[in-house]
Amino acid sequence: MSSIRVRAQIEGGVTNVRALISHPMETGQRRDQGGNTIPAHFITEVKAECNGRHVLTANWGPAISRNPYLSFQFEGAAAGDTLKLSWVDNNGESDTTEVRIS
Amino acid sequence: MNSKRRVFLKGTLATGTVGVAVGAGLLTPSTVLADWPKAAFQANSLSDALKSALGSDSHSSGDITIRAPDIAENGAVVPITVESTLSGVTDIAILAVANNAPLTSSYKLGEGTKAFVATRIKMGETSDIVAVLKANGQLYSGTKEVKVTIGGCGG
Repeated sequence: MSSIRVRAQIEGGVTNVRALISHPMETGQRRDQGGNTIPAHFITEVKAECNGRHVLTANWGPAISRNPYLSFQFEGAAAGDTLKLSWVDNNGESDTTEVRIS
Repeated sequence: MNSKRRVFLKGTLATGTVGVAVGAGLLTPSTVLADWPKAAFQANSLSDALKSALGSDSHSSGDITIRAPDIAENGAVVPITVESTLSGVTDIAILAVANNAPLTSSYKLGEGTKAFVATRIKMGETSDIVAVLKANGQLYSGTKEVKVTIGGCGG
């Protein structure tokens, strides 16, 4: 199952995107019960493209909350177009999903 | 059966090569993070973070709306929405001034993308939230204070 849940709805020419990503977003400052530092593990970049066109690139630091939420709006798409959302984290892990604009 | 064995051997050989490349430092995480503005996220002051993320720290107050709770009970999850009527916005940065590293996130907007971003951030303590937008090469900022009852960075 994808780590990304995303909805893209168009209304009055503006596409409203709401996305939830499951990710621990560890800051690298927390300690576990044994007192050992939990290593930093967070998403550094989220990219959104619509039909191959760049819509938004987010650069994130560890101060974004666990299981991040991201919402943005853009013009110039039509219902049925494909929105592609992908993320990369500081360990090089990544995920991508595609959704049809409705 | 024999062909399967070939495929298997090929597979191990391939992972072996990648493993060696990682071991030799050819594929460090820093290569993966080539585009990530590390200095901006490690900067300890608002002005350093802005210089690093947006190229300048001189900004004037602009028509920017920050929607965030007045009091956040849990600093680990503070919803923030930044919105503006400014035209030609290419960049948005969201900073929590009192955090050790103020820059929480920055956004590059494509053509046709509205000056609107909503996310959830962690706040160590009560702080001003500053949103800085770049429009037509100029920086504009908006500020809103959020009181935090329980900090959300350590633990």
